[in-house]
Amino acid sequence: MQLSTKHLLGIRELHPRDIQLILDTATQFKEVLQRPIKKVPTLRDITIVNLFFESSTRTRISFELAEKRLSADTINFTSSGSSVSKGETLLDTVNNILSMKVDMVVMRHSASGAPHFLAKHIPASIVNAGDGINEHPTQALLDAFSMREKMGRLEGLKVAIVGDIMHSRVALSNIYLLKKMGAEIMVAGPPTLIPKYMQEAFDIRVEYKIKKALEWCDVANVLRIQLERQNQVLFSSLREYNLAYGISRKLLDSLSKEILIMHPGPINRGVELDSDVADSKQSIILRQVENGVATRMAVLYLLAGGREMNN
Amino acid sequence: MKILFLKTILSEAQLEITIKRLARQLLENHDPGLDQTVFIGIQPRGIHFSDRIIAEMSRLVDPKAIKYGKLDITFYRDDVRNELHNANETDIPFSIDKKSVVLIDDVLYTGRTTRAALDAILDYGRPARVELCVLIDRRFSREFPIQPDYCGKAIDSINSQKVKVEWNKEEVILY
Repeated sequence: MQLSTKHLLGIRELHPRDIQLILDTATQFKEVLQRPIKKVPTLRDITIVNLFFESSTRTRISFELAEKRLSADTINFTSSGSSVSKGETLLDTVNNILSMKVDMVVMRHSASGAPHFLAKHIPASIVNAGDGINEHPTQALLDAFSMREKMGRLEGLKVAIVGDIMHSRVALSNIYLLKKMGAEIMVAGPPTLIPKYMQEAFDIRVEYKIKKALEWCDVANVLRIQLERQNQVLFSSLREYNLAYGISRKLLDSLSKEILIMHPGPINRGVELDSDVADSKQSIILRQVENGVATRMAVLYLLAGGREMNN
Repeated sequence: MKILFLKTILSEAQLEITIKRLARQLLENHDPGLDQTVFIGIQPRGIHFSDRIIAEMSRLVDPKAIKYGKLDITFYRDDVRNELHNANETDIPFSIDKKSVVLIDDVLYTGRTTRAALDAILDYGRPARVELCVLIDRRFSREFPIQPDYCGKAIDSINSQKVKVEWNKEEVILY
C-alpha cells in the first residue's frame, strides 16, 4: 500500500488510510531504533535537503537523524548566511539545489503555503516541516503516534489542545488529524488566542476555563505562547497568563483523574507549564521527541519508496 | 489473471512429512547445544512455515529451550525505488551474538530476500554462523550465490511461473 500523495504538505490533504499507514510504519521504525545498530540501508541512494528558513531545534535534528538512520544523504540549509539574504527567490534557491540531483525537500518556512507553492513548481517530493501558522504535519503525526502508544487508541479519545491556538500550526494539524481518526477535540485558552468560528468550522468544543477543559479530557496537548508571532497585545502579561491558564501541579492534583500531558516544545517553563508538571510522570514530552524520529522515518520512507524519482 | 496450469508440488500429507523431517534434521544438527542456536522466521510468509517447524520441534524437545524470533526485511530490500513494501513486525527478544542463527523462509527463489535477511540479522549482533532452511527451493533461478542448508523440496521452474504455499489448504502449488 502506498500513500495517496506525493508530498506531505499537511494533514488536511491526507486520507485516514494514509495516517494509519504512517503510524503503523512508524511502529516498525521505532523497533529499528531500539536495535544495537540503529540504522537501516533503506534510502541509501536518496538525497534529501533540509531547507530551514525559520529557526528550529527539535524538528531539524529529528529530520536529520531520521534521514541518517535511513542511510539517505542529507544537505542542511539555513537561510541565514545563504544567498537568500542577497535577494534570491525561494523558487530559484530550490531549483538550484535540485539541479544537483536532490530527490526530496524537507522545508520549514515562515510563510503559510510556501511548501504548497513549491509543490506546484518542482518535481521532487516535499515534506512540510512547518509553514507559518498553517500546518506542521509531522508534529501532529508524532503526537498521534505517542497518544496511540500510551493510550492504545485514537478513536473516541478526548484531547484538549490548550493555549495559543491562533498562532499554532501544531494545533491546526492536530485538529485535522484527530478529527480524521475519530478522536474528540476541545480547544482551550483565552478568547483572544482562539480564532472565531472555531467551533463551527471544525465541529469541536471550545472552552475558556482551563480547569473545565482538563476535567473533560484524557490528554492535554499544551502549546507554547508564540510571542514572536504576536504583533498586538493579546493578554496583559506572561505572569497573568500563567495564573489563569498555566498548568500547575496543584491544578492537576485537583482533577478527578490522571491525564496525560503533552507539549510540542520548546516549553516556556513557568508560563504554559510549570516545571514540576513538565518533568512529572504524567508528561510524555521527551517520549514525543523520541517518537519524532521514528515517525519522520516512516514519512520519508513512504514518500521515497516505490517511485522512480530521478527520472 | 488467468491461471493456465496449476500443479500441486506438495499435498497436505506430503507437507506434513516434510515439516517433520526438517524439524528432526534441525534438531539433529543443533541438539544438544540448542541454547547456542536461534531460529528466525522471515516475515511475512516465512512465518507460517517457521511456526510449523517450531511447533514440531516443541513436540520433540522442551519448548522453553527453543529461541524463536521474527525478522522483517522490508527496510533492507534493494528495490525501494521501484516498489514500496509495507513493513511487518520484527521481534528478536534475545541476543544473537556468537549464536548459530537458522533463517527460515517458505520459498527460496532469486536469493534477494535471503541477502536482505543476512544484512538485517547482522544489525542485531555477530552470529557464529548463519544457516538457511526453506520449504521450497526454486533451483536454477538464483541471482545471488545463496543455497539452503535444509530444504523441503527442490523444484525446477521457469521465471514466469509462480510457487505459492497455501497454508489454509495445506498445500504447495505451481502455476
